[in-house]
Formats: sequence, structure tokens, C-alpha cells
Amino acid sequence: MTLLGFFGCALVAFGPAASFFAVVIARDPIRVIILIASGFFWLLSLLLSSGLWLAVVPLQKQLAFGLVFSVLLQELFRFGFYKTMRKAEKGLQMISEDEMYKDHNQAKARHVLALVSGFGYGLISGAFALINVLADMIGPGTIGLRSSGEHNFFFTSAYLTLCFVFLHTFWSVIFFYGCDARKYHLIAVVVISHLTVSCLTLLNAQKLYVASLVPVTLVLLAVGATAFVISGGSVRRWRAWFTMKPADQLNGPPRGEFANTAVST
Amino acid sequence: MGERRISERAELVSTIAHQDLALRSLETSRIEFTPLPESLPMMVAGDADEMHTVALDQSHSTSDQPTRGTKRGRSHGPMPDVVTQSTNQSTARGASHVVASQSTNQAPERGGHRDGPSGSRGHEPRPAQRTRTRPSGEPGPEDLQRRALDEAAAELEEEEELKYGAEHVMKLFVPVALCMLVVVATITSLNFYTERNGYLVYTPFHETSTDTGTKVWNSLANAGIMLGVIVVMTFVLIALYKYRCYKIISGWLIMSSLMLLFLFSYIYLGEVFRTYNVPMDYITLAILIWNFGCVGMVCIHGTGPLLLQQAYLIIISALMALTFIKYLPDWTTWVLLVVISLWDLVAVLCPNGPLRILVETAQERNEPIFPGLIYTSSVLYAYVLAVDDVEGGATPAGPVTATSRTRRQRRSSQQALTDGDEGIAGADAVVVRQPAAPAHQRNSVPEEEEERGIKLGLGDFIFYSVLVGKASSYGDWNTTLACFVAILIGLCLTLLLLAMYRKALPALPISIIFGVIFYFATSSLVKPFSDSLASEQVFI
Repeated sequence: MTLLGFFGCALVAFGPAASFFAVVIARDPIRVIILIASGFFWLLSLLLSSGLWLAVVPLQKQLAFGLVFSVLLQELFRFGFYKTMRKAEKGLQMISEDEMYKDHNQAKARHVLALVSGFGYGLISGAFALINVLADMIGPGTIGLRSSGEHNFFFTSAYLTLCFVFLHTFWSVIFFYGCDARKYHLIAVVVISHLTVSCLTLLNAQKLYVASLVPVTLVLLAVGATAFVISGGSVRRWRAWFTMKPADQLNGPPRGEFANTAVST
Repeated sequence: MGERRISERAELVSTIAHQDLALRSLETSRIEFTPLPESLPMMVAGDADEMHTVALDQSHSTSDQPTRGTKRGRSHGPMPDVVTQSTNQSTARGASHVVASQSTNQAPERGGHRDGPSGSRGHEPRPAQRTRTRPSGEPGPEDLQRRALDEAAAELEEEEELKYGAEHVMKLFVPVALCMLVVVATITSLNFYTERNGYLVYTPFHETSTDTGTKVWNSLANAGIMLGVIVVMTFVLIALYKYRCYKIISGWLIMSSLMLLFLFSYIYLGEVFRTYNVPMDYITLAILIWNFGCVGMVCIHGTGPLLLQQAYLIIISALMALTFIKYLPDWTTWVLLVVISLWDLVAVLCPNGPLRILVETAQERNEPIFPGLIYTSSVLYAYVLAVDDVEGGATPAGPVTATSRTRRQRRSSQQALTDGDEGIAGADAVVVRQPAAPAHQRNSVPEEEEERGIKLGLGDFIFYSVLVGKASSYGDWNTTLACFVAILIGLCLTLLLLAMYRKALPALPISIIFGVIFYFATSSLVKPFSDSLASEQVFI
């Protein structure tokens, strides 16, 4: 049971991320490097925010304080990573002779970059949130998955981790686009939705899982849709992706990898 | 099998093997582009064969060599291709090779090497390979094109390096990550490597006191002694290498890998069986160990598939790192890591640093550094196509082979070690090829196993793994993960520096410093924060 619970939760949390990694990231060494670099930036932000949390002794019991500052710092470091990547962009474009970049579509390359770095952000944050819980889950005892409603600790943690991995991915796509196009309301959307979602998870401590999971899922869908649209997606293209229409029906930059690979095959 | 006996034996082994520890630890970390800049054109994998040749031809036609005329004649071939494909990215690739190889002509010895064969092949028919994918067109106005190419190449050179860097970073990331994973998995699943029953003789102070001052003093003294041993052993090795005592060195290496592959893996296996309650008899175990060890010895010191060799090197490093983790006192490990990385910095970068001397001597002699000490990310470059050409048209693929032969993996064979360094420029590929032929017949490995790409000393693997393993032995996965990421980022930065400076660099300092900082920061700052976040299920 412990082992089953472990694998179940691990796959819920990181299964989609693993396949995303295998399909999108692993094929290109540069993406892996960007992934790790953005994970490193997230680590730095976590380091700073936990230092801050520890330093302000009176507020240590109030996680909300640490949370708000941590979210703000994360967004700050996201911006820092954005700046770093823009500095390195010229080199990166030259390097990436992947077939993905062959058309030298700068907008697409930028979206891919944002996608990859956001995924790195999300992956490391998800790992930090869940990995110790997972280690506890292996044994020697567990409270199980099927216990009464208020003990869905492991599963909710795993599910929220899943949400956060992809929330970060989408946030980065929106954020980078907002910075590029100077649409500052998009950046505000990212910061506010990040704050909202994180604050919602404060309700978990009161076992109000429905109150946190449902809105988080909704925000995930909304943010995902936004990211899809701003990276050139549309309902038409979505349909084309499903029906495997030929590529020439699509104009403009397709969204990330999925549209591209699906269409080209 | 008797548990007591195993652990007794483990102790015994640990005392026997400290010699080996010292040896392993002085395979101090070193990263380098093997054949240095020259290797760049060679790094292109299969599809770029023609690029390759283009690059080399170009380099000859632009350099002021006596054989210039013939070479220029030869450069008619590739040029039109370049013209016709000037919008293609592959041109850019080829162009930057030009620069890469041109820059190497400054190295007189290598230039000579390449010169001979290509000069002698000047009038040979072009290889089918080169024309395989490109129709040969009219020769264009070469000079203009060459100039244009040079300019383009100069711009592209840097990016090209970065590109290779990216590929090779991955070729190092994977084994380093694997090695660390093996160590972490072992540390977290086998108690044997974290429980304390014995120390190395190099660490006479056991940090048993509760007083912090004494602990600090103990760990500093221990680390100092270890470092002293390492320094002395390094100098012994350098002296042996300098005076060409290859037999002693390879004997030393063979002994140490013998010990690691047989004894240490025996202990490891015993612990695995004990932890998972697997009943096992000595006969089966002997067969297992014998096969494992013998294949390993052959792969590391003889010839074998590159993948298998790499796997064995990773295993060796992991076993060595586990031994360090088990037998070094806690704080000594941390101090030692820092001290070793500082030593690494000195040894590789100082004008008279021993490792620098080693690398330079090896380059002078055109030899690979000992197989048991270095992990090569080299592409196993199957030369079968080129070889076919060679047999048909008398070494058309010559420039490639000529440069590559000097880097062919020569495994500890004295004759092979010495034959390359004479720099017999005139003795072209045909002559030099001959020693390789029997190897080709002996095993199914492609004839030319080239040693290219980035090399990383096994010492780096060991100490990276020691750091991550030590971090994981305290039971916090976040810390382990942070160290893991920090080390990979450090490695990345080191490789970036390598691409910029193009000489052997110490691989330990950046990674280890990052790792140590992140270990202490994570375990003291982040851990309480993330633990309370996780227990309250708050996500940030």
C-alpha cells in the first residue's frame, strides 16, 4: 500500500511533467540547460525568501507572510531570468539549429524559450514541494488514499503539485510575452493569479480542500488558455491539431511544440 | 553469507585500499577539450562528414603552407557546394569549421601532422563521401567566397562553440547525474554506507568530541593530511609520467581498478543482498563478480564498447565516492571537498601546477591521458563509411584520419603511446593505420574509435557524488536536490568557461563551491521553510 500510494501520487504529480519533458525538452540539449538554469533561479528565489522568513522571527508562525514575499520574489527572479535569457538570446538562436527553429521564427523561439524556462521553474518548485512528502509516503506506514475525506493529504498535495508545475509553465509564457510586448497588464495578471492561487492553498491547512482545489484548477485552465492564445493558438488551430490537417492551413507561429510536432508528422 | 565476515572484510579492505583512495583522488579533476581547438571540426557527428572535409580543405588553402598549390587545387571541390548552399545553415556550419581548423594551424605539431597526409593526398580523387549528397558544380570565384566565408565564419565561430558546448554539456550531464543518482540511491537504501564503523588511516582524528572547536581542528587536520597525501601522490604520478614509466603507471591503475571492480563491488553486492534479504551462495556470487570484474577490466584498460567503458567508469566512481562517504568523518568530508577544489584550482591553473604539467605533457606527446582516470564524452564515431572510401581510393578521408589517428583511443599499449609523438608528418595515414587494423578484426567495434569531446576526470565524478551523497545522508531530499542542481549549474558554468578559454580547466571549484553553499543554505534556511509549507500544504 505504501509503495502503491507512492507511485500513484508520484505519477499524479510528475507523470504529465515527465512526458512533457520527454516530448519537448529532452530532444534538445539547450532546452535541458535552460531548464536547469531556470530551476537554479527558482532555487535562488526560494533561498532568499526562506532567509527572509527566518529573519523575521515574529511572523514565522504566519505562513501567509512568507508566502506573499516568496511569490513576489519568485516573480522577481522570473523577471531576472527573462532578462538573462534575452541577453543570451542571440547566441541561443544561433545555436539552436534544431529543426524546430529552422524557419528562424523568432516569436516561436521565444515562446518555446518561455515554455521551457517556465517548466524548469515549475518542475523544481513542484519537486521542492512534494519530494519530502513522497519520501515519507514510502513507508513504513501511511494514512492511505482511501481514508476518510479529511485525510486526503497525499493526494491533494500531489494534485496541487501537478497544478503548480503547469501553472508556472504557463505563467512564464505569459510573463515573457508581457515583457516582450510591453503589455504590463499581462505581468500583473501573472503576479496576481500567482498570489491568489498561493493564498488559496492556505485553506488546505483547514482541510477545505474543495475551496482550494477547484479554484486552482480553474485558474490553471484559464492561465493555460491565455498562454495558448498569446502564443498564437486559436480554436481553429486546436481543431486542426486534432484532425491532423496539413500544415499549410496554419499561418503564424504555432503554439510551442505540440502544434508543430503534431502538424509536421 | 556471514554478515560479520563481510563487515570485517570491509574494514580490512578499507585499510588495504587506502592506497587506492589516494590514487583515485588524484585523478584530479580536469576538464578539457581533448584535442583542443582542432577537435571542433571533428566533433560533428556522422552527417557532417563532408563539412569536415570542407573545413580541412579550407584550412589548407588559406594557410601559407608550401603545398598550397595542390591544396588549392583540391579546394575546388568543396567550394561550389558552399556556394550553392550559401543560404543553407549547413554552410554556416562548414564555415565555422574552417575557422576552427584554421586556428589550429598555429599549433605547429598538429599542423604538421595534418599537412603531411593531405599534401600527399593532394591529387587523389575526391572521396565519394564528399560528393555523396552534393552535386559538384562549377568552381566559383574562390577568393571572394573564401573571404566572405571567413567573415561569416568569424561571426559564427563563437556560436558554433556554444553549440558544441551544449551538446557536450549534455554528454557530461547524463553521466554525472547518473553517478550522483547511483550514490544517492545507495546512500538512502543501504544503511551500510552511512553507519560509522571505521576510518581511513588518513583521518586519524575522529571528531568524536562534542566541542565545536575540537571538531573544527580535527576536520581541518584530517583534510590537511588527506590533501598532503593527494599532493604527494600527484607528484609521484607526474614524475612517473614525465620519465615515461608507463608500465608502473598502468600497473598502478590496473591494480586500483582491479580492487574497485572486484573487492568493492563484492562488498557492495553483499550489502545489497543483506538489505533486501536475498539468499546467495558463494559460487553464484563468484561467477557474478568474476564476470563483472573481468569485463570491466577489459573495457577500461583494453578495448570495449565505449558505452560499456563509460558505464564502468561511472560505477567505479560511484563505488569510490561511497567509500569516501563511509570512511570520512562528517566535517572532514566538507572541509576536504573545499580544500580539494582549491587544490584543483591551483593544480590545473598554476603555471607549474602538476595537473597542468600532466595535461601539457600529454598534449606534447599527443597521447590520451590514462584510460582509467578520465571519462570521455567522445562520440563513438563509426568510421566505416570513410574506411570504405579509404580502401577504394587510397585515403581520401585522410585529413580526418590523419588528425584522428593521433587521438585514437590507445589503451596503455606502450608502442601505441610512443608512436604518435614522433610526429611523423610524412608517414601518412596508410602507415599509421596499420596498427589499428588488427584491432578492427579483433572486435566488432568500428576501427577508429575516436577520442573526442570533453573529458572529465573521474575525480570530479567522485567528489560531486561525495557531495550529493553526503547531503542525502542527512535524509532531506530538498537539500539533495538543491545540491544536485547546484552542481549541474556549476558544471555548466565550467563548460562555458571552457568554451571561452579553451584550455584544461579545473572542474571542481565552481561546482563544489556552489554545492557546499547550497547544502548549508538549504539545510539551514530552506528546510524549515519548505517543511512547514509542505506540512500545511501551502504551495508557493
